[in-house]
Amino acid sequence: MPGKIPLLVLSRLGVTLITLLIVSFVVFAATLLLPGDVVEILLGQAATPEAVAGLREAMHLDSPALVRYGQWLLGLLHGDFGVSYANSMPVADMIGGRLMNTLRLAAVTTLLAVPLALFLGITAAMYRGSIYDRAVTMIIVSVISVPEFLIATLAVLIFAVWLRWLPALSLANEIQSFGQLLKVFAMPVITLTCVIAAQMVRMTRAAVIDALQMPFVEMALLKGASKTRMVLRHALPNAIGPIANAIALSLSYLLGGVIIVETIFNYPGIAKLMVDAVATRDLPLIQSCAMIFCFGFLLLITLADIIAILANPRLRT
Amino acid sequence: MSLKPMSRSLSLPRFGLRMSATGILASLVILFWAGVAIVGPRFAPYAPGDIVDFDFYGPISDQLWLGSDYLGRDIFSRIILGARYTVGISFASVCMACFTGVAAGMSAAAIGGWFDTILSRILDALNSIPSKLFGLVMVAAIGSSIPVLIVLLAVIYTPGSYRFARALAVNCNTMDFVTVARARGEKTPYLILHEILPNIIGPVLADLGMRFVFIVLLLSGLSFLGLGVQPPDADWGSLVKENIGGLSFAAPAVIAPCIAIASLTISVNLLIDNLPIKIRDRAS
Repeated sequence: MPGKIPLLVLSRLGVTLITLLIVSFVVFAATLLLPGDVVEILLGQAATPEAVAGLREAMHLDSPALVRYGQWLLGLLHGDFGVSYANSMPVADMIGGRLMNTLRLAAVTTLLAVPLALFLGITAAMYRGSIYDRAVTMIIVSVISVPEFLIATLAVLIFAVWLRWLPALSLANEIQSFGQLLKVFAMPVITLTCVIAAQMVRMTRAAVIDALQMPFVEMALLKGASKTRMVLRHALPNAIGPIANAIALSLSYLLGGVIIVETIFNYPGIAKLMVDAVATRDLPLIQSCAMIFCFGFLLLITLADIIAILANPRLRT
Repeated sequence: MSLKPMSRSLSLPRFGLRMSATGILASLVILFWAGVAIVGPRFAPYAPGDIVDFDFYGPISDQLWLGSDYLGRDIFSRIILGARYTVGISFASVCMACFTGVAAGMSAAAIGGWFDTILSRILDALNSIPSKLFGLVMVAAIGSSIPVLIVLLAVIYTPGSYRFARALAVNCNTMDFVTVARARGEKTPYLILHEILPNIIGPVLADLGMRFVFIVLLLSGLSFLGLGVQPPDADWGSLVKENIGGLSFAAPAVIAPCIAIASLTISVNLLIDNLPIKIRDRAS
């Protein structure tokens, strides 16, 4: 039934679109929860009745909430993210460069975490039940069950305080050489890699163990193939789908990690921008950042689902 | 029937419930923190707000068991009080989240039709908002106080609980005894409370434990960002944030609350992994 696959993928994309719409509604609804009048907060001391009325008019605050939601959504689609409450700059200008910084951090982390996690996950599954496997599993459970800031704290403690290899805090705006670049990136990347890799190892291990229990793998063992050959030639090709799915899913954990990591290491990315905006209650900025994050998150989840559909014929019903 | 010597100590053979040594150790740690949260503050050596040391980030001594914090306050007393915030807020939220989620999930499974479809669609969409992001947006809009935090955390984790309970209840709903009860003419509330709930309660409790860990992690994360429990109160996440300046010289003030969080969350996870087979098998 090759004709059904595009249809399935399309319907999955449709679900994502509807989800994104509901998410945008929730994010927009946050403005309605803001106690007090936005205009009076904005104007502060200068809130004369005329000024308030004028600004309300200019911000279309007198139209019903649903109309404003529509306008806001249309604006987003046109790349118009609105104007920041805190410093009256267009949000798009504030986000631009910082989004690149965050994406760079995410890319470097991915390049490091994926091979590491695949190696650990596959070897742990090969030697299932051994001391090596149990040690890996124990470490993974520990990493998964502690907050991200704790891993960051531990990384600082080990690499900056005890080993003195790296500076405790990174500031990306004073980079002159490649060495400095490495030092700035090192700590955030180490922390994020731990967070992401832990999830990935767990899912990869489960996927490979599943594949190893298939009858054809047992057949390979019976005909005398070596353990390495059995895993690499027989089990792995059949676990590619679940593993790719695991990678995409784990990458969505980048998001929670990046919020903490950028704050603790003072990294000038979009998550740091957003956390700072929460302190000043700058809602247009928060909403734009939130939508960007949700978009990225949904993209990864959808990708994971589509890979699962393509890889597993039993899901194509 | 032979038992391993290690697991003999606390087994309950009458119910066929047996737990590994790790599971027992983990439950002891959890009971310890629960006890600290309930009665601990009465036994704290100092009032949590008192400045008792002229030196900040003081070392461990026989007066200050875990050193002093960035203002010279006793960390040991502050961790004991912090247990009340971290464990208390998380427990309140997880109970709210699971109660609403499980009630809605069972109703959706028992009623079915449009009710089920629309509720599932909406809650799935909410579920796909990353939890930390949801927290940030809401804290920005409403502000942060303890009641707000409890409700917020409950709202964030209700969709996941709903999804889990609904999946279990849908399976249970197709069983013969439910069909029989329905044929007898029992009403939906009876089906939910007397037929479905008793059969899914084990996995639901295991799920409550998992969700408790998630909530502790999110609460600590928010507090660490300065958006959770507000000073002068401090949960364990706030304690780490307050004393992060002591990190560069490995002050006990920053390490001790980290250990407290890790011991609690890792224990809950280990306990769930080591639950007696009877409960765990139905959970998976």
